[in-house]
Amino acid sequence: MRPPVSLEQAMMFAGILFLVGLVGVITRRNTIFVLLSLEIMLNAAGLAFVLAAARFRSAEGQVMFLFVLAVAAAEVSLGLALVLWLYHHKRTVDIDRARDMRG
Amino acid sequence: MAFAFYLSAAIAIGATVMVVTSANAIHGLLYLVVSFLAAATVLLLFGAPFAAALEVIIYAGAIMVLFVFVVMILGVGSRERRARPPGRAWIGPAFLAAVLAAELAYVQATGRATVAPGQVGPAAVGASLMGPYLAGVELVSVLLLVALIGAFHLGFRLGERQTPGKKGGGA
Repeated sequence: MRPPVSLEQAMMFAGILFLVGLVGVITRRNTIFVLLSLEIMLNAAGLAFVLAAARFRSAEGQVMFLFVLAVAAAEVSLGLALVLWLYHHKRTVDIDRARDMRG
Repeated sequence: MAFAFYLSAAIAIGATVMVVTSANAIHGLLYLVVSFLAAATVLLLFGAPFAAALEVIIYAGAIMVLFVFVVMILGVGSRERRARPPGRAWIGPAFLAAVLAAELAYVQATGRATVAPGQVGPAAVGASLMGPYLAGVELVSVLLLVALIGAFHLGFRLGERQTPGKKGGGA
């Protein structure tokens, strides 16, 4: 089975998803939305790996996708634990309220 | 099959834009599930069924459930629920998911997404993981252990400090 479109178009798709996630990370102030946008960016990076490897019919892309998946799972569990911590200590999920970085 | 890719890509990008611009966290989560399903369809079209299954199970399943837990614990969006008439938010994501399901059924019916010579199946990925990438697998296990210990540490101290503050809180 050939890939349905060219590699350039597939990379453009992954790049657009990454850019949308990046805009979300920069513009949103709700910490949960920041974490969601980070998930979008990680997903786009994994997609780029798999779609590029599919062009060469290689299994390495899916191996890298698995690693990206594990990084995303670790990041989201720690990030959500930090969100709960922030909410219990400051009664807000606004990421600008967590600026002081003191224990 | 090019139009199937364009349709999935358009749904993925549109749903992701809705995630970033939505005001309510639960609405954003619903659209993000649709975005991951569309990305899984793209992976299937590119001959990576194992990655597509992982995308659905882990991203759209496990990670989104974690987000839903936290949003429900914090009660984000309870104000919006009172302000708006309930039961309208699911229509958009459900429509997009139905379009994706129809596209998947069409691709399966035309027989182009079944097992084919160009596909990289789970067996090849597993052989590669247990062969040249074994060190990476070990590193990932250490990373997951670190995340487990970190989340436990944060949650443990949270439980200690939560008890005295719970009387006056109630939020």
